[in-house]
Amino acid sequence: MMEKKTLFDKIWDAHVVKSIPKGPDVFFIDKHFIHEVTSPVAFLNLEKRGIGVMFPERTIATPDHNVPTIDQEKTIKDELSRMQVEKLRQNCKNHGIELHDLGTDHHGIVHVIGPELGVTQPGMTIVCGDSHTSTHGAFGTIAFGIGTSEVEMVLATQCIMQAKAKKMRITVDGELGKGVTSKDIILYIISKISASGGTGYFIEYAGSAIRNLSMEARMTICNMSIEMGARGGLIAPDETTFEYLKGKRYSPKGEEWDKAVAHWRTLKTDEGATFDLEYHYDAADIEPMITYGTNPGMGIKVKDQIPTTDGMDVNTKKSYLKSLQYMGFNPGDSMRGKKIDYVFVGSCTNGRIEDIRSVAEFVKGKRKADNITAWIVPGSREVEKKAIEEGLVAILEEAGFKLRQPGCSACLAMNDDKIPSGKYAVSTSNRNFEGRQGPGSRTLLASPLTVAAVAIKGEVTDPRELFEESPVEI
Amino acid sequence: MAYDKFNVLTSTVVPLSEENVDTDQIIPARFLKATERKGFGDNLFRDWRYDSEGNPKKDFVLNDPTYSGKILLAGKNFGSGSSREHAVWAIYDYGFRCVVSSFFADIFKNNCLNIGVLPVTVTPAFAEEMFQEVEKNPKTEVKVDIDAQTITILSTGNSESFDINSYKKENMKNGFDDIDYLLNIQEEIITFAEKT
Repeated sequence: MMEKKTLFDKIWDAHVVKSIPKGPDVFFIDKHFIHEVTSPVAFLNLEKRGIGVMFPERTIATPDHNVPTIDQEKTIKDELSRMQVEKLRQNCKNHGIELHDLGTDHHGIVHVIGPELGVTQPGMTIVCGDSHTSTHGAFGTIAFGIGTSEVEMVLATQCIMQAKAKKMRITVDGELGKGVTSKDIILYIISKISASGGTGYFIEYAGSAIRNLSMEARMTICNMSIEMGARGGLIAPDETTFEYLKGKRYSPKGEEWDKAVAHWRTLKTDEGATFDLEYHYDAADIEPMITYGTNPGMGIKVKDQIPTTDGMDVNTKKSYLKSLQYMGFNPGDSMRGKKIDYVFVGSCTNGRIEDIRSVAEFVKGKRKADNITAWIVPGSREVEKKAIEEGLVAILEEAGFKLRQPGCSACLAMNDDKIPSGKYAVSTSNRNFEGRQGPGSRTLLASPLTVAAVAIKGEVTDPRELFEESPVEI
Repeated sequence: MAYDKFNVLTSTVVPLSEENVDTDQIIPARFLKATERKGFGDNLFRDWRYDSEGNPKKDFVLNDPTYSGKILLAGKNFGSGSSREHAVWAIYDYGFRCVVSSFFADIFKNNCLNIGVLPVTVTPAFAEEMFQEVEKNPKTEVKVDIDAQTITILSTGNSESFDINSYKKENMKNGFDDIDYLLNIQEEIITFAEKT
């Protein structure tokens, strides 16, 4: 009888060049994305060693982390950012690496452009010096973030040394309620498993609620796998995946396409294959979520109260209270009604066209609250172009949102898009760490719909309260 | 690139009991703009260490002259979040060679092993004992022996063994990195790549 394998096993095993006894596997990487922040030292080290890039055609570059989101066509004012971007250009030129530079048609956040270009395809192994590389797992790939030493290894040899992770499956069955999105699914899961509960695992997401999601929504889920400590997460490819990839620039064409799809259909977990750990959730239990603390595991339903410290051990309680103090919240507080200063729609988590559509649809004909500064940052030029063509930008500007140019922007505030110290931002991004959106900034993570509702009301709001027709009781 | 060899380290300990310390705390994103690996130690724990004017915050452990050493003792889930290796560069450049915790984030741990900072995972009870001993006497020394794979609190003599795979162990002991290994099997890699 054939060995029963999980999807993760199938892809992993097909990429092991060799196994070192009592050590890691030499793991082959199909596609490598690089950006301006975590690659310059890797290239510098290659130069010091006097070696080149082994397979330049397997690496794709774009500047995203530190780039300004206004006046991108001009020279970058910040000297250090400019130098990093210039270095990226120079390194790509020297080594023959495809670069999607500022202002070009496919510039954008690396995890948004990879799928848009069809570079990301089922069955691949994909790495990048960025922990949200897990996003690409939505296509049935093993994709994860690496450090700069590993960026150097991939450039030099197209391999890294990795021990195979344990396997976890998270199954979400049932129908999502109105106003509940894939961001709520993943924030819910992380709140259950904790910010460290996935450490050492690679996750497969399964179940009818996952199957029914669009590719964009699946990417949001896989993107945040790292926020529970997992290396990455993946979803078996299906018709939704094939439909998304068909006709993309780097997708196979003609006969090659048919052959590829036939292979991709085999990429699923065998019936009876085992996982080291399994969780099951019912979609009906999931409601709009929001975080209240300084790690993504500190999330609750928007309608709920911040947990008390009952039953916590001394160190946990100390860290918990320090986190709430940073946020300016108290145990037992209701989240609804908390005053907010900024909203941010964007990032590799929720900066895709579907996210912008959902915000535009929600705020159409409404106006943001006066106390809110609302930023909307498309994940790529392609997203920006579609948003303009579909009239979404006009709707959003009418509602008082400011559209910026593509980049990572206020998700990590390496550029000028910073939330001021002490101010509250409800963000569609992925991390609510202390100072993540600027020194002293306070971040609450939520779905694009919840962010839209907050923008209108000026305070933490369950989006379902604002549905005009058939409001949902909460 | 090559780093200092690691064999036996005996040192006092700097305790940082916070849990879930993410890499944005270890080194905030705005300090990632270098194109060379230089000066990261200055910005280690930047926003916990300095106020917005750049003055040292007295209550932060790195600013407390009572504590010093090459071993950082951290709370559980240390190094979560971003994959930035800069976090480990900052730890190394500041002068730490070993981080001890009851739980490490995965990518962080890998990054440590790749640049010569030894991550030692201990039981929660052992971590707690270390915190207590160091609090009682900041001069408490801890010995980390990579060959024996043991960590010992010298004042109590209590010891625990820790895991490290033999490949990484040899690398740490010799100051080797993975590229040296990978370049040696280039032909195998090229043959493999032709099949994919």
